[in-house]
Amino acid sequence: MNVAVLVKLVPDLVEELTVDASGVALDTAWLRLIINEFDDHAIEQGVLLKERSGCQLTIVAPDVEGVDDLLFTASAKGADKLIKIKGDFNGVNNHALARAAAAVIKELHPDLVITGVQANNDLDGSVGPLLAECLGMPYVGYVSGITLSEGKSRARKEYPGGLIAEMDVILPAVLGIQAAEQPPRYVAVSKVRQVMKTASIEEQSAPALEPSGGPTIGRMFQPEAAAHATMITGSADEVATKLVGIFKELGVL
Amino acid sequence: MSQDIYIVVEHLRGQVADISYVMLAAARELSKGTGGNVVAVLLGHEAQSLAGNLAADKVLYIDHPALADFSSDAYQKVLSVLISKEQPRVTLFGSTSIGTDIASVLSIRLGFPLVSSCRSFSTDGKFVSQICGGKIMAEGELPSPTALVTMVPGGYKPEQGQSAQAPAVTQVESPVLDALRVSLAKYIEPEAGDIDIAKEPILIAVGRGIQNQDNLELANSLAEALGGVVCGSRPVIDQGWLATSRLVGKSGKHVKPKIYLAMGISGAPEHTEAITDSDTIIAINTDPKAPIFNIAKYGTESDIFDLVEVLTNKVKEAKGG
Amino acid sequence: MPETILPNVTIYEKVLAATTHGERLKLCLQCGNCSGICPFGYLMVYPPSRLIAALRAGRFDKVLDTDALWMCVSCYACTAVCPAQIPLTPGLMTLTKEELLLAGNVPSELQSALENTQRYGNPQGESPRKRADWAADIQPEVKLLGKVRQPVDVLWFVGDYSSYHPRVQLISKALAKILSALKVDFGILGPEENSDGDSQRLAGERGLFEMLAEKNGKAFGKYQFNEIITTDPHAYNAIKNEYPALGINYPVRHYTEFLAERIDQLKPLLKTEVKAKVTYHDPCYLGRANGIFDQPRALLEVIPGVELVEMSHNHMNSLCCGGGGGGMWLDGFQWEKAHVRLSEWRVREAHAAGADVLAVACPYETPRFEDATKTVEGAGSLKVRDIAELLGEAMSI
Repeated sequence: MNVAVLVKLVPDLVEELTVDASGVALDTAWLRLIINEFDDHAIEQGVLLKERSGCQLTIVAPDVEGVDDLLFTASAKGADKLIKIKGDFNGVNNHALARAAAAVIKELHPDLVITGVQANNDLDGSVGPLLAECLGMPYVGYVSGITLSEGKSRARKEYPGGLIAEMDVILPAVLGIQAAEQPPRYVAVSKVRQVMKTASIEEQSAPALEPSGGPTIGRMFQPEAAAHATMITGSADEVATKLVGIFKELGVL
Repeated sequence: MSQDIYIVVEHLRGQVADISYVMLAAARELSKGTGGNVVAVLLGHEAQSLAGNLAADKVLYIDHPALADFSSDAYQKVLSVLISKEQPRVTLFGSTSIGTDIASVLSIRLGFPLVSSCRSFSTDGKFVSQICGGKIMAEGELPSPTALVTMVPGGYKPEQGQSAQAPAVTQVESPVLDALRVSLAKYIEPEAGDIDIAKEPILIAVGRGIQNQDNLELANSLAEALGGVVCGSRPVIDQGWLATSRLVGKSGKHVKPKIYLAMGISGAPEHTEAITDSDTIIAINTDPKAPIFNIAKYGTESDIFDLVEVLTNKVKEAKGG
Repeated sequence: MPETILPNVTIYEKVLAATTHGERLKLCLQCGNCSGICPFGYLMVYPPSRLIAALRAGRFDKVLDTDALWMCVSCYACTAVCPAQIPLTPGLMTLTKEELLLAGNVPSELQSALENTQRYGNPQGESPRKRADWAADIQPEVKLLGKVRQPVDVLWFVGDYSSYHPRVQLISKALAKILSALKVDFGILGPEENSDGDSQRLAGERGLFEMLAEKNGKAFGKYQFNEIITTDPHAYNAIKNEYPALGINYPVRHYTEFLAERIDQLKPLLKTEVKAKVTYHDPCYLGRANGIFDQPRALLEVIPGVELVEMSHNHMNSLCCGGGGGGMWLDGFQWEKAHVRLSEWRVREAHAAGADVLAVACPYETPRFEDATKTVEGAGSLKVRDIAELLGEAMSI
């Protein structure tokens, strides 16, 4: 069995995000990219599937800052093949990424493609379902468990309130991972450094990036931030009344 | 091609999800600008009654046994036929386990542009989306001539999308739905064990300030009145007053409720890192310098022992109980 | 014929290779002093002596199956009492934790701290750009070496908690003001500083430690200074005892050593009385591991109004606060197993000694002990203060 994981790097929210001079994009001067948390889960799910059923695991990622580290770490966890898609992916939307990734992933003839169900910078849908349609494969998202058998898979799909729907999905398919069956494992730095000496990253070119299908941003801005709580004063009765008013405003009463 | 605003109704096991009503409220706003109708699209099997309180100008209902439960494949097939035929100005989907399974696929399949994570629309019909954990907002013109949009809750109240009068329902024939690639095998109910606080929308959190186990009753009563769940910071769990599954913090759960009511919690980093995704944090602490006030939206220095009982009574009153 | 059981030779070899005097591991006489003095030995399943026995019996795989070894807080108590002088803490315990990490046996809290350290240069996961924010409003201005680009006398290696933790930042501010009052020409690295990584090293992440050391070494190499002082005994330990083997060699002292040397200069500035019975907690990595006991006490004794009292465990047999060796990031895990915290034990001792103030000299300790004062009965009024804060109070700065 052939399993491919598509991984994206997204803005690291630990750093301060600001809008650049154009007013429609993030300032890249201090922007750091980090692996999309849900894609990290997708890698873990891929490794679990490999450990359980001995499939060939390939990780595919676009060429942006930090991609080499990400691929080597995945290799240290157990991935077999590492592919970096060459091209200028900075600021590129998911439609473009999905089309480029589809061209690369198609050649792997995967039985299953997994990727995170969403990412923090999605503005034109998430890459998983876009990729699925580019590949002509079915898609199920919010998956937190997968069993594979010949020609089909059983995906555990999460609904609100803890309800799970087990879906039968014909392979090949794309599944959007909400959570791996166990949290992403730790890899010691020494192990990754070791792997850097032996593993190799394959570079593949994608056809020219085609972003049509996404919105045009007219304005990007930061919502107003409050530095300190608005303090409510008065007697217990007065404070309680004001709090009830707040609860009503927030829609919980 | 029309100026209508379509919304895809989300329902699960006989219940219409709140997001459907939020979308209807949004659609009403949008329709004022486009001059078109608000049309609710309902897919299901023997599910017509679900249209009963939708605040739509009309409902298009497609019935098929294969639509008895949600299947991404089935919904995509039905909606691609409908949307490519009608080409409404905008089609709204929920940014949910249901909506996100369909919207992006349709964007590629039909070649219609897609905007996601949309929270609201401005009065001049621009989309306003939130990304990067809510730290960044993006606004723009809705792509034309047809746009697909996924919506997150928060910009409109569900009540605004509900109607006392049942809308007119038109049944539309379903396309052929055999050889589906995705189908429901079975549902698995959530475990009857303890609540997962990470999924709860209203959390009443207690800290050291609660002082002893008996005082937990105050929190329990308030939680019950508000329809919330009690959780706690480290010291409360350490004392055994709450189960470990209720721990919020670095070594416990990260939560993202609508409301996080922190009572007697100072706001140490080990705790606050797990609550920063909350929509609204309200802090009750007699120490004006408590760090929790730096991340809370509202705060009060009132004493818990004076305030909580009074608050619980007022909440009950407001609920008409 | 019973199968010959071989000792786990590769672990032996690793300890030998990685530690000075590692070969002493073979001299263990199974006296059990180490396991006896270990504060969590009773929970560890394989405390040091039993761990060595397991190694000798070829049973190391059983050790890897248990997670109880993460109770070890690398406090050095075992190493200090071993009659064969085996480097138990830096050798045996650290390498065992390394094996646990490689086997994927790591509690999730610790995993986050290690991943954060790797990515952000600090275990808290804070933005490296904000590392010097604590110093922003201090007058006179704290020199950021990357900005001033002139030689200084002293490079002050501030540390993770001293830079980012709101309670510990107060200590950093006090120390900055003291250094200025003493007219010390000092600078800090700010965003160029990475975690000293010593606790991460002792938690089994040798690779991470070396990566951090490399970065810090490069930063040091950019600037001119005569010596390094640290707020943190862990940083002191790393720079003094571990960095030289990696080719990074600088004279380094803990701030208490540095200030004690200037006690005559300090005395006239200590005009305000701090009337209190003060007991001093010897941090593991200042006291037991590096033999510095007198200088911190000298500083306290010179503060007018201070009466120094000793707790029942002091100097060489001081009780660990529980933060070392990864303990800082294993609180939930350790609590689940022990239902008691070393910090609470220590606060009880401070209270029993009749102290008004528990004085500390390590950034881990203030938040840990302050939390403990809230849960230990009767200790509610016990104040926890770093020596720098007490000096600052006496100087009215």
